[in-house]
Amino acid sequence: MINQLLKQFFKHIDPFLMVCLFFTLMVGLFVLYSASGQSVARIYGQGINIVVALSFMWVAANIAPNQLERAALPLYIFGVLLLIAVALFGSISHGAQRWLNLGFTKIQPSEIMRIAMPMMLAWYFSKQEGKPKMADFAIGSLLLLVPVALIMKQPDLGTSLLITASGFYVLFLAGLSWKLLLGSGVLFAASTPILWSMLHDYQRKRIEILLDPTQDPLGAGYHTIQAIIAIGSGGTAGKGWLNGTQAQLDFLPERTTDFIFAVFGEEFGLLGNLLLLLLFTLIILRGLVIASQAQSTFARLLAGSITLTFFTYAFVNMGMVSGILPVVGVPLPLISYGGTSMVTLCLSLGILMSIHTHKKLVAT
Amino acid sequence: MRAELKNFQHEQYYFKLRLGFTAFVVITLFSVLALRFSYLQIKQYKHYQTLAENNRISLVPIVPNRGLILDKNGVVLAHNFFVYTLEITPSKVDDLEKTISEVSKLVEVSSLDRKRFNKLREESRNFESVPIRTHLNEVEAASFAVNHYRFPGVEIKSRLFRHYPLGKLGAHMVGYIGRINDKDLENLEKNGDLSNYKGSDHVGKSGIEQFYERQLHGTTGFQQVEIDADGRAVRVLSSTAPIPGSNLVLTIDSKIQEIAETAFGEHRGALVAINPKTGEVLSYVSQPTFDPNMFVDGIDVENWRLLNDSLDKPLINRPIRGIYPPGSTFKPFVAMAGLENDKRVPPFSISDPGYFTLANSVHKYRDWKPSGHGMVDMQRAITISCDTFFYGLALELGIDKLTSFVRHFNFGRKTGIDIQGENEGLLPTPEWKMRRFKQPWYQGETVIVGIGQGYTLVTPLQLAQATATLANNGVAMKPHLVAKIQKTITNETQTVPLIVQDTIPLKPENIDIVKRGMIAVTQPGGTAAAVGANAPYSIAAKTGTAQVIGIKQNAKYNASSIDERHRDHALFIAYAPAEDPTIAIAVIVENGNHGGTTAGPIARKVMDYYLLGKVPVPEIAKDDKKVPSKSPNNALGTAATQPVPEEELHD
Repeated sequence: MINQLLKQFFKHIDPFLMVCLFFTLMVGLFVLYSASGQSVARIYGQGINIVVALSFMWVAANIAPNQLERAALPLYIFGVLLLIAVALFGSISHGAQRWLNLGFTKIQPSEIMRIAMPMMLAWYFSKQEGKPKMADFAIGSLLLLVPVALIMKQPDLGTSLLITASGFYVLFLAGLSWKLLLGSGVLFAASTPILWSMLHDYQRKRIEILLDPTQDPLGAGYHTIQAIIAIGSGGTAGKGWLNGTQAQLDFLPERTTDFIFAVFGEEFGLLGNLLLLLLFTLIILRGLVIASQAQSTFARLLAGSITLTFFTYAFVNMGMVSGILPVVGVPLPLISYGGTSMVTLCLSLGILMSIHTHKKLVAT
Repeated sequence: MRAELKNFQHEQYYFKLRLGFTAFVVITLFSVLALRFSYLQIKQYKHYQTLAENNRISLVPIVPNRGLILDKNGVVLAHNFFVYTLEITPSKVDDLEKTISEVSKLVEVSSLDRKRFNKLREESRNFESVPIRTHLNEVEAASFAVNHYRFPGVEIKSRLFRHYPLGKLGAHMVGYIGRINDKDLENLEKNGDLSNYKGSDHVGKSGIEQFYERQLHGTTGFQQVEIDADGRAVRVLSSTAPIPGSNLVLTIDSKIQEIAETAFGEHRGALVAINPKTGEVLSYVSQPTFDPNMFVDGIDVENWRLLNDSLDKPLINRPIRGIYPPGSTFKPFVAMAGLENDKRVPPFSISDPGYFTLANSVHKYRDWKPSGHGMVDMQRAITISCDTFFYGLALELGIDKLTSFVRHFNFGRKTGIDIQGENEGLLPTPEWKMRRFKQPWYQGETVIVGIGQGYTLVTPLQLAQATATLANNGVAMKPHLVAKIQKTITNETQTVPLIVQDTIPLKPENIDIVKRGMIAVTQPGGTAAAVGANAPYSIAAKTGTAQVIGIKQNAKYNASSIDERHRDHALFIAYAPAEDPTIAIAVIVENGNHGGTTAGPIARKVMDYYLLGKVPVPEIAKDDKKVPSKSPNNALGTAATQPVPEEELHD
């Protein structure tokens, strides 16, 4: 009886993904405990974030993909309207206008777009007969660029980058031609010097610092320099849990959020890093397998985009903390402290599970 | 059907191909990360381990010297000097109270110091060091240094302090710096200046110190130093020198400033003098004033209350923040509006019965002279300040034409001077009244705008700017306080450009009428004859009075029977020499009764020094402080022997 109920409850949960997710979340809690200076309150807070996020994942896993398909357009329009509302009446905090105050709570509409964008584009391409045409890609790009422009204006570089990526992945998987891809790449590279000459000195300076943080060792560069020292000094096996001197002695800024990977690298060393890379790789490969087995165009494109976006999170965060990518505000998936990114990531994993477990039902 | 199926399979094939490609990219990029980790954690391990374990590298910011503020002749208004301060880092001290009482046995700590310390502590974060005593002398510094080992978390620091050698003089204009608080931090972050303020703990809070913060602050340098396990610097690895802030040279002459401030005596009010040809502000007075030096190390609660709660409101920057009804000083601009709209062009005259009424109304708009002025044309209306004439003119023009014209003289909008926080003043319109009070505009309200009463409000700076614009025949120069910005290292001097803000197309013959009316104001028979007496140059002027409380119909205003703070504000505008003006002035004396008698003499002293280099003789007798100008001013010499015409006492 209870067995039956449990089986019903876990019917749409993919065991493989769930196990990887569980291990990653556990690793995250351990690092967070160390990074926060052994703060139980932080662990408690993150625990609540995880419970909420897993509930969202369960709900998403139980919604059939065809229902998601129907929700795509309304959700996208809703998201764009909210973004416009933010631009007009949003509240400003820390110099950026991202939040919409609804009186009882504040929401960040760009978060909705993280899910709504790949859904919308997947929906659009699933509606096209035959091979998508040039015009479809043009419309797709437009659907992508409008919300991204609104988010860039807030300004929120990290989020707009991730949303652009999630939309681009749909376009790519839908069959965007190689020629066009290469062509626009070359065009962009060619226009860079012209754009560069149009910028103000201070704008150039900002971009230069973004690309090479060591130019501003007191500001943006400070994070990167300290993070690299932390990772490098971790060595092969790491200094051991709770023993990272860089982290424990306040040298690392933002060490529970965007720079948490530096704490991890310092305390668990190269072996820990490779293990974490392996966990992420397993999640991503599982996602790609789910995408390849999906039966509708919508499900396929959505699953592919979600998986590759997850990869982008991981790659950009670890890349910036280890100093090979510019510093943009992207958290380490499933590990950085914070509720919003945890919820969106688990929700998207829930969608992956839904696509996989509803497959057989659609087929029969 | 088959074709569709085939198409589907085809599509799926391509999709999988692309998916395979992305899997390849994912593996490749993750391998790049793995390589990067190996490089950092195996190949470079020793390097980073040394950095992290044995010696930690720390970046120590080197705060740049803040730029000086000088007057036009090089007199220093703001500079820096080194002092020893005793500072406590609260997070490093176990028992703060005990530590302070122990410290006070070595170095005197007054109750005032403690209060300031507590206030600063609230404003700063726990790990920042907060001064408990400033200005330690050598003996104190030495006696603490010997005992330093007993007080972890307490340190002697040598800090650059900002000092304003002239103290109260021009305090509102120069402004002051103060410790950086949360709001400042937010602003710095918003402007992307935060990293440049690592190590700085002061920022400009008001006046020029605030407006030119960027130029004055300079660029922070830094040193990479190796620190040993105890946190002491072992050696400097590399260093980048700071770039000191630029020096500012003002348009102000501190001597004029002193003369102007002294001339106010005990009175409250404001004075702004502008060179009409350039927009250079020559004097900027807000009375009473305060000592900006009190704010630099953080003002204590008691002194703050004293300043903030004072009825005299010394902290208000009156020239830009004080708003007053312009009273009759508004008339020359209303006159310009009339003439340019072809209304009341001479020889048109009215016969003044001493009051004005609207059709179908019994309400009398009184002239200041109950018996009336007889036959009055435009020029004489300005000279004798005939209210009846301007009531009618305003009504004839209509409120929209009137306000839209005088707005060009910078009423109702910011002048753009280089100090933050300027008030716009108010030029009322029917739309404004509807928005503000949800009520329609009444004709009677137009009538009183004609004499600068009603809702109309101006700042002293606006009034000075309007006068300067009129003096300069309609060409408005942007008012500014900083003339030159000198870079300290390169010695490169950047002169602040003169900017023409607005050119009002005025007919020369109309300018001539208004100007002649204003010149006659300071001649016998005008409302400020005493002000112009014995001046070797000609002065064009206009007096004004602004009501503080309303007076009932048929009641008579009697200055002596009214509480001092309810007396009328005295206003005075002037420019000189009238033929070729180089100075335009607006003076407001709060509760000073009448413009010609209290505000006028102040303007005269400033003009005398500016044009003739004449320093006023200190006043000898002061029998009544409250109404000092009832007896004509001694400094004006022969004015005392002349009988005061009736017009002098009214307006």
